[in-house]
Amino acid sequence: LTASSEAASAPRTVDRAAQAAQAARRTRTNLLADGAFAVASGATLLIVLAILVLILFDVIRNGTPHLSWAFLSQAPRDGMTGGGIFPAILGMVEMVILMTIAGVPIGVATAIYLHEYASPVSWLTRAIRIAVANLAGVPSIVFGLFGLGFFVQFVGAGIDKTLFHGEKVYGQPALIWAALTMAVLTLPVVIVATEEALRAVPRELREASLALGATKFQTVFNVVVPQASPGILTGTILAVSRGAGEVAPILFTGAAYFLPLLPKGLSSQFMSPSYHVYVLSTQSPDVDATKPILYATVLVLLALTFTLNIAAVVVRARMRRRAGVAA
Amino acid sequence: MSQGRHAFVNDECFHAPVMTPEGATPAGSSLPARISTISREGASAGESPSSRAIERRKRRSSARVNVPPARPPRLNLSKAPFWHRAAEWLLHALAISAIVAIVLILVFTAKEAAPILYSKVVREEVTLVKMWMTQLWPGYDEAQSVWQPVSDVPKFGVWPLIVGTLKVTIVAMAFSVPLGVGAAVYVSQYAGARTREIVKPVVELLAGIPSVVLGFFALMVMATWFQNVFHLESRLNALVSGVALSFAVIPVIFTLSEEALRAVPRSYVEASTALGAARWQTIGRVILPAASPGIAAGIALGLGRAVGETMIVLMASGNAAIISASLTDSARTIAATIAAELAEVVFGGAHYTVLFFLGTLLFLVTFGINTVGDWAIRRMKRRLGSTT
Repeated sequence: LTASSEAASAPRTVDRAAQAAQAARRTRTNLLADGAFAVASGATLLIVLAILVLILFDVIRNGTPHLSWAFLSQAPRDGMTGGGIFPAILGMVEMVILMTIAGVPIGVATAIYLHEYASPVSWLTRAIRIAVANLAGVPSIVFGLFGLGFFVQFVGAGIDKTLFHGEKVYGQPALIWAALTMAVLTLPVVIVATEEALRAVPRELREASLALGATKFQTVFNVVVPQASPGILTGTILAVSRGAGEVAPILFTGAAYFLPLLPKGLSSQFMSPSYHVYVLSTQSPDVDATKPILYATVLVLLALTFTLNIAAVVVRARMRRRAGVAA
Repeated sequence: MSQGRHAFVNDECFHAPVMTPEGATPAGSSLPARISTISREGASAGESPSSRAIERRKRRSSARVNVPPARPPRLNLSKAPFWHRAAEWLLHALAISAIVAIVLILVFTAKEAAPILYSKVVREEVTLVKMWMTQLWPGYDEAQSVWQPVSDVPKFGVWPLIVGTLKVTIVAMAFSVPLGVGAAVYVSQYAGARTREIVKPVVELLAGIPSVVLGFFALMVMATWFQNVFHLESRLNALVSGVALSFAVIPVIFTLSEEALRAVPRSYVEASTALGAARWQTIGRVILPAASPGIAAGIALGLGRAVGETMIVLMASGNAAIISASLTDSARTIAATIAAELAEVVFGGAHYTVLFFLGTLLFLVTFGINTVGDWAIRRMKRRLGSTT
C-alpha cells in the first residue's frame, strides 16, 4: 500500500517542480518584457524631449550673439545684412492685437453658447462642434487661400467699389485682412480653452445665482464668465502665440518682406518676424551674411512663443488647482 | 412701505451675520431699528438708505464673485429684461461663426477654382481630366505627368505633387506614430504624476514651436547633418522634411494618445491583473486595444496636420516636382506648391485657378481625415463611458 502511494506521489512532486520552474521562468520573462516595455517607451519619450532641447540649444547658441537692444529697435539695413527687426516686431504686434479684437469675442461667445445655452444633443450644437473640430484641422495654407479669396478679393474689393470708386485701397493684401484671416484660424483655440474653463465652473455657483433671482444672462455674465476668465485668458494667449508664429495664412493676405515705412493704417502691408525668417532662410542671396540676423530673429520668435505658451500653462494650472479646491 | 421692507428682508438674507432671530419676522416695530443699523454703516440720508448700503457692499465684494443685485425673489417668473434677451440673441448669432467660417472657406476656395470647369481661357491650358492624365509633351520621349506651370507650354500634371505629398507624409508618420504613441504609453503607464506634470507642458511647448522655425531648423541644421551622415545627393529632400514634419505631428499624436490611454477604466487593468497577466501583457493586450480608437484619432489628426503642413515642407523638401520612389530625392508637396507659386501668378489665370483647385482638394482631404478622427474620438468616449 505504501509503495503504491509513493509511486503515485512521485510524479506529482515532479509535476509541482516543473510547474514552479515554469512559473519562475514566466515571471522572469515577464520581468524582462516589462523592463523592455518600460525602457522602449521611455526611450521614445526621451527622443521627443531631446528634439525640443536640440532645437532650443541650437537656436540659443547661434542666436544670442547677435541679439541686442539695437537689433530689437532698429530697421533692417544693407539689404537685410544689417540693422534689426523692429518693423517686423511692430507689424506682428499690430496684427496680433487686431486679431485678438476680432477673434476672441466671437470665440468666447461660441464657447458660452455651446456650454451654457445650447442643448448638448441638438443638431446645431453638433454641427458647431464638428465645425470647430474641422476648423482646427484646416491646413494653414488653405486659410491663406481663403483670406485672399474672401477678404482681399471679395470683401476688400467690395469696399473699394462702394467707398473708393474702384481705387485699390482695401482690395489688396493688407494688415486688416491678415489679422482677420488669423482670427478665423485661431478661433478654435479660443473656443476650446474657454469651454474647458466653463466646464470647470461648479454647478452650484450657477444654481446659487439662479436661486437668488438672477436671470440666466446675469448668471452667465456676472457669475460664470468671471470664474472662467483665466480660461479665456489661456485661450487668448495661445491664440496670440499661434498667430505670431504662423506664416502661411499671411503669405498672400498682407505680409511684406521689406517695407521702408512702418504700417500707416489698416490697409497697409506689414512685416512679421515669422515671415522674415521664411524669406531670409530661403531667398537670401548671401546666406553667410544674413545668418546671424536669421538666428537672432528665430530666437526672438521662439522666445516670444515659449513665453506665451508657458504663461498659458501657468494660468491653466492655477485655474485647475482652484477648480479642484472648489469642487 | 411693503416694497421697502421686502428689499430689506432680502438684504438680510444676503448678509446672514447681521441677521438677528427676530429679524426674520416681518414685525413693523423692529424695522426702524434695523434700518438705523444699516444707515450707521455709512448710508447717508436718501429715499432708500438700505439700497445704498447694498450698493456699497456689492461694490466691495465684487472682486470675488459678482453677487447679483439684491432684488426680491422673482416668484412670478417674469421675462428677463429686453436687453438680456437681445444679448442672448447676439450670442446665438455669434455662436454659428465656426460653421460660417468653414462654409466660407470651402465656398471661397472653390469659387476661385471653379473657372476650371467653365472658363474658356483656363480650359485651353488645363482641364480637370487632363490634370490627372499623362501627356506626351513636346521635348519628352514618352507620355508623362509633369508639373511645370511656368513655361512656354504650361504643364499641370498633378501626380508629381501627389507623389511628393505622399512621400513626405509617409516619412513623417513613420517617425511620429511610434514616437508619439510610445511616449504616451510611458507617460500614462509608467511615469509618476510628477513626471507627467512636467512632460505634458513640455510637449505642449514642442507643439507651440512655429512651423517656420521647424522648417528653418530642418533647412539650416538637419539638412547638413543628414547629408554628412547619409552622403545624400540633394541636401534638401523628402527624408529631411519628413523628419522635421514629424516634430510637428508628434505632439498631436502624443496628446490624444495619452488622453485615450488614461481614459481606460481602472477596472480593465484590475481584471487583467487578477487573471494573472503581467504588466506588459495588460498594456499590450488590454489597455492599448481599449484605447485604440483614441490613438487612431490622434494618428488621424496627425495625418491631417502632416498632409496640410506648409512651411516646414516648403523650406526643407527642395521642392523639385519629380515622380520618384526614393526618399532621398527632393519632393514637392501640394501645400508647398500653393505657397510657393500663388504669389507670382496672374489673378484669374489658369495657374491661379489650378492652385485654388489644389487648395480645395487639400481642404476636402483634410476635412475627411479630421471628420474620421473626430468621429473616432466621440466613439471612444461613448464606448468607455458606457462601461464605467
